[in-house]
Amino acid sequence: MKKYAKTHEWVSVDGEIATVGITNFAQEKLGDVVYVDLPQINKEVKKGTAFMSVESVKAASDIYAPVSGKVVQVNERLNDQPELVNKDPEGEGWLVKIQMIDQAELNDLLDQGAYKKFCEEES
Amino acid sequence: MKRTPLYENHIALNAKMIDFAGWEMPLQYEGITSEVMSVRKGIGIFDVSHMGEILIEGDETINFVDYLLTNSFGSLKVGQVMYTTMCNDEGGIIDDLLAYKLGEKRAMLVVNAANTDKDLKWIVDRAKTFKVKVSDFSMDYGLIAVQGPLSEEYLRKFSPDVVELPYYNFGSYAIFGKYCIISRTGYTGEDGFEIYCKWSDTPFIWEELLARGEAFGVKPAGLGARDVCRLEASYMLYGNDMDQDTTPLEAGLSWVVKFEKDFIGKESLLKQKEEGLKRRIRGLEVLDKRIARHGMEVFKDGEKVGVITSGTFSPTLGKSIALAMLDSQLKPSEEVEVDIRGTKVMAKIVKLPFYRGSVKSS
Repeated sequence: MKKYAKTHEWVSVDGEIATVGITNFAQEKLGDVVYVDLPQINKEVKKGTAFMSVESVKAASDIYAPVSGKVVQVNERLNDQPELVNKDPEGEGWLVKIQMIDQAELNDLLDQGAYKKFCEEES
Repeated sequence: MKRTPLYENHIALNAKMIDFAGWEMPLQYEGITSEVMSVRKGIGIFDVSHMGEILIEGDETINFVDYLLTNSFGSLKVGQVMYTTMCNDEGGIIDDLLAYKLGEKRAMLVVNAANTDKDLKWIVDRAKTFKVKVSDFSMDYGLIAVQGPLSEEYLRKFSPDVVELPYYNFGSYAIFGKYCIISRTGYTGEDGFEIYCKWSDTPFIWEELLARGEAFGVKPAGLGARDVCRLEASYMLYGNDMDQDTTPLEAGLSWVVKFEKDFIGKESLLKQKEEGLKRRIRGLEVLDKRIARHGMEVFKDGEKVGVITSGTFSPTLGKSIALAMLDSQLKPSEEVEVDIRGTKVMAKIVKLPFYRGSVKSS
């Protein structure tokens, strides 16, 4: 199951683990990513709050946790290849895996169709 | 918002447009990093038609321009151009610009778009006691910058005589059948040319340059790539690295201040020189991939010692680089810390420029 936040993160859910990244819409807005400030493993994150940042040539952008929980894995490849966020934002450019504490939070997120519509309104 | 003659071309190229000093300009086409690479390895072409062009004509042109600017206009030959600052009475920089000696009684000043109106007012005000006429030609000239190590090889195909131009010289040449002023100047650190053409000829020349350039890797490049290139080459940017409260000495531009002649701001600058600088622009290599951005504070042993004026990730060097206005006691190879959104990141003061490209001399 894949869901989207209005702050342009995506979540792909497998059991209690949520893989999180930024959407293609977000990476286009951001431009060339040069640095991904990944969080520490075990960091506790709260839905809707900034927990890491992605830096492009243009600006540094906070990334908001789409769900609450604990960071259990980060995409180490981004340390050497931050450009993966631009090339494959919804695949190899994923950011972190979060162990969710409240799966009901997923209900607040948008499905693909609703997110697409949201982006069209925003751009 | 104002538009350059190439607005429709940028839209057709799918550029991301931004507001720059009231102009709707292309920030990027394919992406900043790949556009920087085009400039460093092949050729990038930039629309810089937003720059202001101010013409000064009359019997006292040379005296007036020399009084107005810190660099020595009188020592130029016709066909030469110089980089200079224009200061107020306190020695603060009103603008940095190029001054072209078009003739013994004609000069063209090419100024920053954001400053054109302010400069014009200042110049007209100061011109009252001189026999000169000042006019604004900003909306009559388009300007295309052709920048990169292959620029000469490429442009000579369409305008063979440009190969004769030494760095910081210009002349009148036909290109694709249109008469233009072509100048061997630029803002990227690479060899290159700037083409001043009639507003209405600009789209045609731009399209020809792009259409015929495949073998040379000619790509359009936006303001994003322009900013990265100029920062790698360590050229100051007005409004970021310097403003009315900065003197050319502090900005590392003492080479364009000629104390052997009279000019506006001379006394103040002389005084500053004699008393010694309290602060000056230095280059920093940030020892992390985070970017130190304009306004971030710089510390040494817990004390604030300056502020970042410009910063970017340099794709050419693979490093995060920045310019900072620092206490003048700090010297290259010393380490400082930059406060990047609450994290203190180490940085090393380095000699400028960060990068030396194919530019003929500097």
